[in-house]
Amino acid sequence: MTESLGGAQVPHPTGRAATRVRGGRGLSLAVGAVLVGAVLLTALVSFAWTPHDPLLVDAAVRLRGPGAQYWFGTDKFGRDLASQLMVGARTTLFVGFVAVGVAAVLGTPLGVLAAMSRGWVGELVMRANDLVLAFPALLLAIMFGAVFGSSTGTAMIAIGIATVPAFARIARGAALSVLGSEYVLAARAAGRGRVAIAVRHVLPNIAGLLIVQASVSFAIAVLAEAALSFLGFGTRPPTPSWGRMLQESQELLAVAPRLALVPGLAIALAVLGFNLLGDGLRDRFDPRLERRR
Amino acid sequence: MLYQFARRLLILLVSLAVASVAVFLFLAVLPGDPAQVALGVNATPELLANTRHEFGLDQPLVVRYLRWIGGVCVGDFGRSYVTGDAVAPQVFDRLGVTLWLVGAGMLVALLIAVPAGTFAATRHRRPSGMLISGASQLGVAVPAFLAGVLLVRVFAVQLRLLPSGGWTPPNQDPVEFLRGLILPALSLGLVQGAVLTRYVRSAVLDVLREDYLRTARAKGLTPFRALARHGLRNAAVPVVTVLGLQLATLLVGAVVVERVFVVPGLGSLLLDSVGNRDLLTAQAVVLLLVVAVLLVNFVVDLLYTALNPRLRQGA
Repeated sequence: MTESLGGAQVPHPTGRAATRVRGGRGLSLAVGAVLVGAVLLTALVSFAWTPHDPLLVDAAVRLRGPGAQYWFGTDKFGRDLASQLMVGARTTLFVGFVAVGVAAVLGTPLGVLAAMSRGWVGELVMRANDLVLAFPALLLAIMFGAVFGSSTGTAMIAIGIATVPAFARIARGAALSVLGSEYVLAARAAGRGRVAIAVRHVLPNIAGLLIVQASVSFAIAVLAEAALSFLGFGTRPPTPSWGRMLQESQELLAVAPRLALVPGLAIALAVLGFNLLGDGLRDRFDPRLERRR
Repeated sequence: MLYQFARRLLILLVSLAVASVAVFLFLAVLPGDPAQVALGVNATPELLANTRHEFGLDQPLVVRYLRWIGGVCVGDFGRSYVTGDAVAPQVFDRLGVTLWLVGAGMLVALLIAVPAGTFAATRHRRPSGMLISGASQLGVAVPAFLAGVLLVRVFAVQLRLLPSGGWTPPNQDPVEFLRGLILPALSLGLVQGAVLTRYVRSAVLDVLREDYLRTARAKGLTPFRALARHGLRNAAVPVVTVLGLQLATLLVGAVVVERVFVVPGLGSLLLDSVGNRDLLTAQAVVLLLVVAVLLVNFVVDLLYTALNPRLRQGA
């Protein structure tokens, strides 16, 4: 399994090591679910209600401290930080969903294909996979931004493409073990075609692992989007984005550190949430784990 | 072993070739005519045509690629369409700066991860061990640029101990150089250290259960000496793999951290050249980063086999 931080892929410990790297299994799932649920709820509520207009510039209330009226205070333009944070959650989730969606839709069939055709087709798919791995999400997104103009769209497509290999690898590994099972043999003997076997037997059986990968990839996508917006290659102003809020806070670090702390904490908690959720789900779904502790 | 090596080398060479074509094609379709960018909006059509010819832009893509890659192979990345300067010296200059950051970041990561991971492994069911595991889980969630911004706030703005950014070359003023290196290296290294701690811990835990370690203990070695003499080398195998892959992460992570600390490395060069539509420079930087990632992965593969005798025989 792979996990990526800021781009490159890091293999997940598997087997015995994996059980321990993750530790407290039920706790991970619960804390992860709560954090992810909070981000989701914040984003949903922001569609119906925010304390203030997140884009409303009001010089009279510039750089207000936190209080009853402005929970987290206001930024240098007098915009409400809490409202920006809420709408920013939308951006974060949107990018995550599309990026992970692109990666899953492209990567899963490729991985299953590589598993089912073990000849040169499979080899080619996996080598191409390794090649894409050499283009980390951030680099790819900067290239996409240069060619197509930087926007939320190019950022999430680039992050999605960079995440394809992670899905292809997981899908291939899991599909290989399913293909070796007796029920697949039985299905083959009954004359089922390859596509039918892939759709009816392989996909349902590897879905759990793919969900785990989706959660971990989501965390990476959140990090990548934040980094890109921070660099000015992601979400464009005035749409609120956590990464850009952080970037805008830099010049006022001496005066108002909360401008950095609030979006920073939001990014960290969201990433932590998706990582923990992924860890917790893996304990449920990964059949290779020994139940030791 | 030799067959494995040859096969991996072949895959590496093909990957390098395909990657270079991809980088070239991708940035060749960059909108905006380099000749126009170089001459400005008031250029006459004749002058534009001349300049295009001079840059070789009127040639077919294949010829342009072959010229470019031919030059790259002998260390010549061409002349920037925008500034007219040779690209290679600039790129290698910036690479040096980035390598300082990456090296120092890696050092920080190792200094954190090896003791913390080993400690957490030896106490893995006690509160102190669990605390370290929890802290590393938290550290993984903090992006390097956030760590950078927070470090600047504390050490540069509040305590005024270290500079908030900028870069002094080591041969100019070693002390200032080190002072400037600390915060960027910490922001890169803290996060990677958190990631690495989890792997060191799990690798050491695995080794602690092995029979040879029990034998070493039975021969009278203290737990610490048994681990130091027999355990760590074996625990290093999975850790080296992760370390190699982290090197790639650090290279890309440096792009963002350089922006935070206004460090003139490869990342700043990439962002600036993309901003200025400086096609050849951007191409050179992207190619360099991608080649670095491919090479690192190749070396990690080899090291993995070399460090693990069991794999050597199987190959």
